[in-house]
Amino acid sequence: MTYRASNDPPHGTVGAPRVEAARAKLTACNVDVFYGEKHAIKDVSLDIGRNEVTALIGPSGCGKSTFMRCLNRMNDIIDICRVTGTITLDGEDIYDPKIDVVHLRARVGMVFQKPNPFPKSIFENVAYGPRIHGLASGKAGLEEIVLTSLKRAGLLEEVKDRLHAPGTSLSGGQQQRLCIARAIAVSPQVILMDEPCSALDPIATARIEELIDELQHNFTIVIVTHSMQQAARVSQRTAFFHLGELIECGMTEQIFTNPLHRLTQGYLTGRFG
Amino acid sequence: MGTLFCDRVRAIAGVVFQVVLGIVKDAVRQGSTRLFMRMHVLMLIAVLVLVSVFAFGIGHSRAEAMTCPRHSLPQYHGQCAALATFLPGLVVVALWGALESPFALILALDRLAETPLSPLAAAEGHFLTAEIQALAAGHGSRKDPALMMAAQHYAELRQTGFVLMAVLAVGASLGGWALAWRRLTPACRARNSIEHALKIFMILCATLAVLTTVGIVVSLVFESWRFFNHVSLMDFLFGLEWSPQMAIRADQVGASGAFGAVPLFAGTLLIAGIAMMVAVPVGLFTAIYTAEYAAPRFRALVKPLLEILAGIPTVVYGFFAALTVAPFLRDTGAALGVAISSESALAAGGVMGIMIIPFVSSLADDVMIAVPKALREGSLGLGATRSETIRHVVLPAALPGIVGGILLAASRAIGETMIVVMAAGLSAKLTANPFTAVTTVTVQIVTLLVGDQEFDSPKTLAAFALGLVLFVATLFLNVIALQVVRRYRQQYD
Amino acid sequence: MTDTKTSSLVPSAVYDRLRRRRAAERRFRFYGLAAVGLALMMLVFLFVSIVRQGYSAFTEHVITLTVALDPAVIDPEGRRNSQSLSSADYQRLVRESLAALFPDVTERAERRLLFGLLSSGASHRLRDVVMREPARIGTTVVIETPLDDDADRFLKGLVSPDVPESERRIKDRQIVWLKALHAGGGIHNRFNTTLFTAGDSREPELAGILGAVVGSFYLMLTTVVLSFPIGVAAAVYLEEFAPRNRFTDLIEVNINNLAAVPSVVFGLLGLAIFLDFFGLPRSASLVGGLVLSLIILPTIIIAARAALKAVPPSIREAALGVGASKMQSILHHVLPLAVPGIMTGTIIGMAHALGESAPLLVIGMVAFIVDVPVTPLDPTTVLPVQIYLWADSAERAFVERTAAAIMVLLIFLIAMNALAVIIRKKFERQW
Repeated sequence: MTYRASNDPPHGTVGAPRVEAARAKLTACNVDVFYGEKHAIKDVSLDIGRNEVTALIGPSGCGKSTFMRCLNRMNDIIDICRVTGTITLDGEDIYDPKIDVVHLRARVGMVFQKPNPFPKSIFENVAYGPRIHGLASGKAGLEEIVLTSLKRAGLLEEVKDRLHAPGTSLSGGQQQRLCIARAIAVSPQVILMDEPCSALDPIATARIEELIDELQHNFTIVIVTHSMQQAARVSQRTAFFHLGELIECGMTEQIFTNPLHRLTQGYLTGRFG
Repeated sequence: MGTLFCDRVRAIAGVVFQVVLGIVKDAVRQGSTRLFMRMHVLMLIAVLVLVSVFAFGIGHSRAEAMTCPRHSLPQYHGQCAALATFLPGLVVVALWGALESPFALILALDRLAETPLSPLAAAEGHFLTAEIQALAAGHGSRKDPALMMAAQHYAELRQTGFVLMAVLAVGASLGGWALAWRRLTPACRARNSIEHALKIFMILCATLAVLTTVGIVVSLVFESWRFFNHVSLMDFLFGLEWSPQMAIRADQVGASGAFGAVPLFAGTLLIAGIAMMVAVPVGLFTAIYTAEYAAPRFRALVKPLLEILAGIPTVVYGFFAALTVAPFLRDTGAALGVAISSESALAAGGVMGIMIIPFVSSLADDVMIAVPKALREGSLGLGATRSETIRHVVLPAALPGIVGGILLAASRAIGETMIVVMAAGLSAKLTANPFTAVTTVTVQIVTLLVGDQEFDSPKTLAAFALGLVLFVATLFLNVIALQVVRRYRQQYD
Repeated sequence: MTDTKTSSLVPSAVYDRLRRRRAAERRFRFYGLAAVGLALMMLVFLFVSIVRQGYSAFTEHVITLTVALDPAVIDPEGRRNSQSLSSADYQRLVRESLAALFPDVTERAERRLLFGLLSSGASHRLRDVVMREPARIGTTVVIETPLDDDADRFLKGLVSPDVPESERRIKDRQIVWLKALHAGGGIHNRFNTTLFTAGDSREPELAGILGAVVGSFYLMLTTVVLSFPIGVAAAVYLEEFAPRNRFTDLIEVNINNLAAVPSVVFGLLGLAIFLDFFGLPRSASLVGGLVLSLIILPTIIIAARAALKAVPPSIREAALGVGASKMQSILHHVLPLAVPGIMTGTIIGMAHALGESAPLLVIGMVAFIVDVPVTPLDPTTVLPVQIYLWADSAERAFVERTAAAIMVLLIFLIAMNALAVIIRKKFERQW
């Protein structure tokens, strides 16, 4: 394995937070996040590998969602939030003032904890992104994007005869898949998923997990999850956060079978969290 | 999409053209210079709009034709071009509108100064400008040749000025377009520019609220200051006699006029006090009943019904007070042997009290509902009755909110105008007898200003001094009330 | 709790005390109910008194006259041009036709009394007929024309004949004639169209509210055009973009205070700034609209902010998540969802503005204006000010018309508020 020379070994993190340079899609170096006085993320360095699923786990309030929201600068909308350190997407610093945050978010899409379809039709929900980014040429092109996205999100069969029904009329699991379709309609390179199954029943959760399995061939996926089982099922690599620090990172199998850090062990065996 | 868009632009252009044509026809038919001038400006703006629409269409299609990936959607490029075209022209028109008339007037007066004036005309500098303007508009009355010439000069200046401005405005527009044209590249962040412009517009709108307050304060203070050049502040605030009738000629009786506002303050407080005596008990007990005793359905029905009371126009209450309540009180008083004036403070204050019941009851009801259930249960659990719980637990807890509501109602009562204008009298008497007619600050403001007045007579200016007092008093009450209510909200949020 | 009476554990002193506490409880509760009852009674009393005073204004008595259009009176020189036709002595024709009904009235004083039954509008009606169809000169026409307001009030039963003659404006002799005409079918009662089709007038029977209604409409139009976009833009900025700093705090405090500044003070602002400084025309709905916009701006801003706040942040995040800019997420998603709430607030603000009159008095929109305005720049009066002017009139017949105008105003207000409620109910959304 070749690590980049410039990388100082992140202190405090055990395991392998870095991947080979060629495979790294997103790279975070010494990221700190402050909410006003509160130090929410402490010196986190982590690589997200290309076309694989990285799970961020940890007890509530450990900063895993906060860290993920740094990756497409969703923290920008919170006034008191301040981010330091560097995060690069394909080698490009995403906090560079020259970067248009809107374009960044088109490249790094996001699926939220609670399904949040727009109160518009299913079609409009998916078409919105391509429309504002001018991705489609003409009506037919737009329709094609919408249908493809719905299909890739595994929703097309269920909704193809009611594309103009309101998105909010779908069941919770369907709504969440609609939100995934909406995210992939703008052809992002990375999809961030913030506990996408926490509001869903087990059956809907299983569907989403299958979907994540399929999507990882084309997208880089980062998923924040509360459920260790889910992390074990869907991800290749896992990062464990605790009190704003990245404690351990490595291949999922290794973390779950042979955690290196005492805290990781404790969390996985249910002693806290 | 492109051709469809071009069609739309053509359709819009057609409509604009027809409007312009209509305006021209109108202007020709009406023939009045003033109207013609106004129409000219409208026409110029229409031209600017037309040019901007074209700029939009061309910008849109140019952006659409770009092959390399562009930053923004074509519509934003179009909007950018249109804005860059329209705004410079508009700024020129606005500047001209603000400056041209006084400027032309100065030049015309200069011309007048060069010619020998009739001694009569020389004496009245201020009056002269109005006369010139009237003559230029074609309806002046004095046919003094020097004035006529100045007026003609003035009209010519305005004409020339307008043409000059029109050329400038269109030029600025085209210049703006040219700049936008050069900026229209794939890398141009047109969306960001448009959003930035929109945000600036929004900030300006939000600032308008502050400007309104500044406008109120500046105009009141400025006119009051002019008033206090005539009448001393002490006489105004502490004088006991109010008779603002100024004599037109110096030898008339009562030539000076007296501007002691104490009787007005007393009358205002008397009427507002009567109103509060009606509104506070009724409003408070209503709130107690709806918040603590009534079933939710009863509350949902009664609350909006009571709020109707606050929604009825005050002129309706004025009519009710003057034509129903006042005669009724007068007749009742006559039957009982009490002399009640037909414009009594009681009628005005009582009706005003009815109007402000909801101001008290609504807020009091809200704050009582917001008192945590646990407090109530704690008291009931000790074996207190409901009324004891209300009196000893709920009311003290809700007191700040209730006081806030009462203060807001009081400020409303002091500032209320129509009821007192219609039902209270004009006689400025210093009395506490609710059966007599008194007058209030607001009544005097309206009375002093209704009718044709010279703008700088002390009589008119007195209205602004009274307005300043009213503004300060109500602002004081409002600030305290809002503070009290806010502190209360924080307590339970 | 109900059987404390039988409980031997409770000493009688406590029992007495309990009974008094119960009584106090009942009294307290009664006060509350009485207050509610009193307030509602006031509301009912207000409405009843206005309807009772105003319902009679919706009908009017008209007299049917057969007028011979004598060419010698109308157009003695036979020119038949519009100038000579419009200045002819129609009053004489009308009076002659009335006198023809009572041939025995010949004395001058009596004849004056008789003609006093007619409204001065009668000759205008006749002139309109002749101007429209000059060909009818030389024939006889039948016209219906309103009676004088005093006669009208008598026939409506608003003036009692028991009052001594010296204390009423309608005389015994006139009553006899009116009764005769009424019995002969020469007079009948019909819906008062004048009230809704005429502008103001010095004569109650010729006065209508159309001018005021149109004026109010233009005023509302100006107000909404000015205040709605500005209010919404300000609300969007304050709710979505404004950083929390001293300036935005200042704006907030300002808006809350402006909402409670007496409207008459806004009138003074309008007088000093718009009329004196900018020299805008008095009595035009433009200036009134400017002032009313400033008055209702705080209402709109506060309502719009509440509506924007009610849109859940998840919608904003969803839009941002697919790469919409903040402005796009607001314009495409948040604002459309807030529109019903903003509309409701705006309509309520407009209803408030529609009833506003004090600032309009101060800026001089109290002129007596007969013509119905055609454009927003024409001098005009508005409904509440018309009510104020009529309520001030000496003529008793204006009282019923004032009450009728109030009813019309209240109907507009109720309709607006109902619309606001309907919008709120229809688009109410639970997130």
